[in-house]
Amino acid sequence: MMATYWEPVWLTLKLATMTTLILAVVGTPIAWWLARSQHWLRQPIAAVVALPLVLPPTVLGFYLLLLLGPKGVVGQLTEQLGLGLLPFTFEGLVVASVIYSLPFTVQPLQNAFIGINNQLLEVAATLRASPMDRFFTVVMPLARPGFLTAAVLTFAHTIGEFGVILMIGGNIPGETKVLSVAIYDHVEAIEYTQAHWLAGGMVVFSFVALVTLYSLNGRVHSGMMK
Amino acid sequence: MSTSEHILVRFHCCIGDFTLNVDLNLPGSGLTALFGHSGCGKTTLLRCIAGLQPASGELVVNGDTWHNAHESRPVHQRPLAYVFQETSLFPHLSVERNLDYGYRRVPVSQRRIQFDQAVEWLGLAHLLERMPQKLSGGERQRVAIARALLTSPRLLLMDEPLSALDQASKREILPYLERLRDTLAIPILYVSHSVAEVARLADHVVMLNQGQVTASGSLQQTLARTDQPFGLEEGAAIILPARITTQDTRWHLSLAEFDGGQLWLPSEPRIPVGSDVRVQVLARDVSLALSANHGQSIQNLIHGRIDEIAEEISPGTSLVRVLAGNTPFLARLTTRSVHTLELTPGKPIWLQIKAAALAD
Repeated sequence: MMATYWEPVWLTLKLATMTTLILAVVGTPIAWWLARSQHWLRQPIAAVVALPLVLPPTVLGFYLLLLLGPKGVVGQLTEQLGLGLLPFTFEGLVVASVIYSLPFTVQPLQNAFIGINNQLLEVAATLRASPMDRFFTVVMPLARPGFLTAAVLTFAHTIGEFGVILMIGGNIPGETKVLSVAIYDHVEAIEYTQAHWLAGGMVVFSFVALVTLYSLNGRVHSGMMK
Repeated sequence: MSTSEHILVRFHCCIGDFTLNVDLNLPGSGLTALFGHSGCGKTTLLRCIAGLQPASGELVVNGDTWHNAHESRPVHQRPLAYVFQETSLFPHLSVERNLDYGYRRVPVSQRRIQFDQAVEWLGLAHLLERMPQKLSGGERQRVAIARALLTSPRLLLMDEPLSALDQASKREILPYLERLRDTLAIPILYVSHSVAEVARLADHVVMLNQGQVTASGSLQQTLARTDQPFGLEEGAAIILPARITTQDTRWHLSLAEFDGGQLWLPSEPRIPVGSDVRVQVLARDVSLALSANHGQSIQNLIHGRIDEIAEEISPGTSLVRVLAGNTPFLARLTTRSVHTLELTPGKPIWLQIKAAALAD
């Protein structure tokens, strides 16, 4: 009983952590490019990144299901690579979450990057710092509030996912049955006590996460004014 | 000067409807001022030299090619330092870590300026722990200069480093800049639109107008041109290097000797005997006489020879250049005086100098 009770919680935390880490790596260069580039593709790509914000999760899930399925381009590729099909697996959930939460990583980072005075990067260049060096020693420290916001929002948003998960992950215990789906199941079965524990836990978790974020960002700002 | 000791600067670039087109051969030592009104292209030229602004052309610094048609070194691989107009300290780093930023990126074998040396030169020892936000404007610029020097550059670029500062902070920084110019063997390119700064600091001046070079030469010769490339007809002045040889404490005067004569200056502020100074003489404070006339209030009487006359620079006014030894002076006279005294090039003449002061 306890095992099945905690299973969705651990699964959810695992999914959110992996999504956040992958997006930190994938989203940072996209956000940097969107913040700095003058390329004509900048606006279309910014729009693609923002699509998950406006599309109903079911729409996104539907197309991902087709794309990753046996007749989809990506699905055929993963099968040829010997990886099998992604829908209704945990890995499939990770892929879907990464796409679904992309704007929650990219947009805070992009705003943080835009806010960095370009002259500081020129100064760093004249002080012998290579482009990579400049990114790690000037951009990352100055964009720290942006990184924190991006991580917390991505993590929290992944935990709250429902529509996409239902479309692409289904409801397989220990594999794709995450918190939000588990709550839905409990409510369907009129098990309100269990639903309360999970739902209330999520409210508390989200509140604590946001308070932590705001106070951390507040400290970063006052720390720089020291 | 050996053949490699110069800076060859040839750039062409277009930004919007502005075109920079420059072909210069600058001295490989001392301070060269890039002078001109805002929008003349002086900052763009400095950015081209740094590699911050893409341009076609050629840049050879003391025998070392930094940029030509085949290759262009990226900014971080050019051994230069750049002091920006506005504060450019990293806000997330303390003064000490700001200074260290460039210093630790230079290989030990290439460091010619040591950390403690730069800290001492710019008087920063008591500020090392501070964050940039807690510094005054003048202190920030001193940190920026020290940070630039700590990369042991072979060319120092300064883009109006004083223009964002108030008068008091300017006075605080100027002596540091003079000291750097006189003690470091690093050529400095200094962008400015202030004649006072140029007069005090520059050895060589380049005048820019609408992306083109309109004059380039030593400060002394350029300021003494009768066609006034600086466009200062009203305030035309010459600068002459001199050395203080005598201190007259009773009358509060100092005697400055220069190539071609000597001048009494007010000795306030007090200048020690033996110091090298720059004396400024405004053309309107100079009158000419055919013979030495001692029965008058003017203290400074110098013998010279007329070199060039520019008549009617403005209605009724002429500008006359007189050479005393090798030192050029300018006198601003009425055109009528030029005719009454029958002034012609080559004629011996006495300069009566009403006032002379240290360049400030």
